[in-house]
Amino acid sequence: MSEPSKGTSHTLLPAEPTSRREPSPQERAWEENTLAPTLEKSPERQKEFTTISGYPVRRLYTPADLTGWEPDRDLGYPGQPPYTRGIHATMHRGRLWTMRQFAGFGTAEDTNQRFRYLLAHGQTGLSTAFDLPTLMGYDSDHPLSEGEVGKCGVAISSLADMEVLFDQIPLSDVTTSMTINSPAAIIWAMYLAVAEKQGADWKKISGTLQNDILKEYIAQKEYIYPPEPSMRLVIDTFEFGVKNTPKFNTISISGYHIREAGSTAIQELAFTLRDGLEYVDWGMRRGLEVDEFVPQLSFFFNAHSDFFEEIAKYRAARRIWHKAMVERYKSKNPRAWTLRYHTQTAGCSLTAQQPYNNVVRTALQALSAVLGGTQSLHTNSLDEAWALPTEFAATIALRTQQIIAHETGVSNTVDPLGGSYFVETLTNEVEAGAWNYIDKIDALGGMVAAIERGYPQREISEAAYRYQLALDKKEKIMVGVNDFVSDEKPLDILQIDETVTHRQAERLRKLRADRSNDEVSRRLNALRRAAQGKDNLMPFIFDAVKAYATVGEICDALRDTFGTYEEIAIT
Amino acid sequence: MPDKKIRVLIAKPGLDGHDRGAKVIARALRDAGMEVIYTGLRQTPEMIASAAVQEDVDVIGLSILSGAHNTLCPQLMQLLREKGMDDVIVLLGGIIPEADVDGLKKVGIAEVFLPGTSTQDIVDFIHRRVSR
Repeated sequence: MSEPSKGTSHTLLPAEPTSRREPSPQERAWEENTLAPTLEKSPERQKEFTTISGYPVRRLYTPADLTGWEPDRDLGYPGQPPYTRGIHATMHRGRLWTMRQFAGFGTAEDTNQRFRYLLAHGQTGLSTAFDLPTLMGYDSDHPLSEGEVGKCGVAISSLADMEVLFDQIPLSDVTTSMTINSPAAIIWAMYLAVAEKQGADWKKISGTLQNDILKEYIAQKEYIYPPEPSMRLVIDTFEFGVKNTPKFNTISISGYHIREAGSTAIQELAFTLRDGLEYVDWGMRRGLEVDEFVPQLSFFFNAHSDFFEEIAKYRAARRIWHKAMVERYKSKNPRAWTLRYHTQTAGCSLTAQQPYNNVVRTALQALSAVLGGTQSLHTNSLDEAWALPTEFAATIALRTQQIIAHETGVSNTVDPLGGSYFVETLTNEVEAGAWNYIDKIDALGGMVAAIERGYPQREISEAAYRYQLALDKKEKIMVGVNDFVSDEKPLDILQIDETVTHRQAERLRKLRADRSNDEVSRRLNALRRAAQGKDNLMPFIFDAVKAYATVGEICDALRDTFGTYEEIAIT
Repeated sequence: MPDKKIRVLIAKPGLDGHDRGAKVIARALRDAGMEVIYTGLRQTPEMIASAAVQEDVDVIGLSILSGAHNTLCPQLMQLLREKGMDDVIVLLGGIIPEADVDGLKKVGIAEVFLPGTSTQDIVDFIHRRVSR
């Protein structure tokens, strides 16, 4: 394994935004002759201006902020290193981003209908939300599932449910993203089994498995097993994917949930990319070739409300990943150098108050993702601070993307903000801030070690609390929440049919009666034995899935060997 | 003589792991001078009721974002009654449809704090209710 660089070779960028400015004589003259008298007459609205992350923003950006910045080296051209301007030469002129709305609720039938509705309305990819029992590896009839079945996603307990979920949806033509982490290998095996039954070629099918366990320990907390065996499962899917499904993204390394948990933009970027490096390290330790498996890794970022900070974040992300691949891992394959990402607008920015304002927030956030060069995008619905979206709300969210794509003209040129003094400076600064964190985590011994010490968790909690205090003190404004408050009528929201639990329980009862339980036990035992050894578990999981073993049964078989994880709660 | 510190149990029932709100509230209440115990994630109503008895708390703050509130809250309230904890003030925060709020109050939830509530409002509410 190549020795990780300790960050000495990064482009040296100012850590403090005010350092290293050398204004030109013209700029000084402007300060004296124009600015100073203005400030004397009318002071600015605030003493300090900061991004939503609390990052300082200066009054004006000029060439003085870009001393040492070399366009050929630091900006380059689209489709070329360091990919600041995007990973494709023509970006959205060539192909628009994939409009991929996250959907899932109730039973597989309910979600199958929503999927078909969205595809019929011009959505170009699918994205599946699973309910909490599925995410936590429990069947719908487990006692801990009570009240949670079908609530924040679709209930999937076995291959039988998965067959219904993708009924009449040709997996050879549509790309599917699946937001599942601890049981990712199991759900993926089910998807591959459905694809096989449909006669789709595994070598050609494409989609994305979230499969990012590190951010679960850091932020979203849907972990089952301890980090070590969880990472083994992730690397098993990488290895399986390289051999069998070369077009499938076996992971979506996610900053989204880190940001939703309250991190700053720089933390989101740094922890996500450091997670990415951790997966690369573990893959290499397994003996996988960087240039073979890294092209199947994809990323997932949040689009929060601070417009330029977000754009800078996406641009910096591409630059960091390229640098890390080339310098740290000596990668020779350009396909491993390009950071491809999905974006979702910020759920935590949505307000329960005056919910129609959320359409506007989401549109602006989506615009930042598009200007930042995203490959795919989910726009949140206006009612999501209340419940899962209604069809009405989900349609507006999709239409928002279509308006950006077809009416605003922002995709007519590549990286329209490239060369902006502000955007380039912020990109440099966000990158430098992220490298600082990456170096810190390297010094802690890597991300798994940092997680075990609670380091990223604590950093995020601190940032979340700082932001709450800023809201409480009205230093930051949320329209309709801590300012511009008005009365309003309640919204019509989606009601999840409470009979889902019973329908699912009945389906499971029937499944257990109809399948060969001997075959299921035999395959689960084989999986249990394999888990104790070092074999890749994907084939064993696939066998169990095809015999209609349930998510709960397969997860239990692994719990027997791996044990479960409890975090030390930090408040 | 200083007042006895108000004791609060912050709890995350159900399978939901979204703990940003729970942690922010825990910290805000602590900063407001209360004694705060955080249960950590994935607590059953039984675990929460037992912790409330053991820690002899004045207030329980529940955080649920998964939609399971209509199942979990009545179960917890029933258990608290069985354990003679009728006087404990139970608060709820999270993603809760407005239409569910009345039903939750009927089973004994003292207040439902929706997204956007300032931490000071929650502190003030607790002070009002506990001193009464």
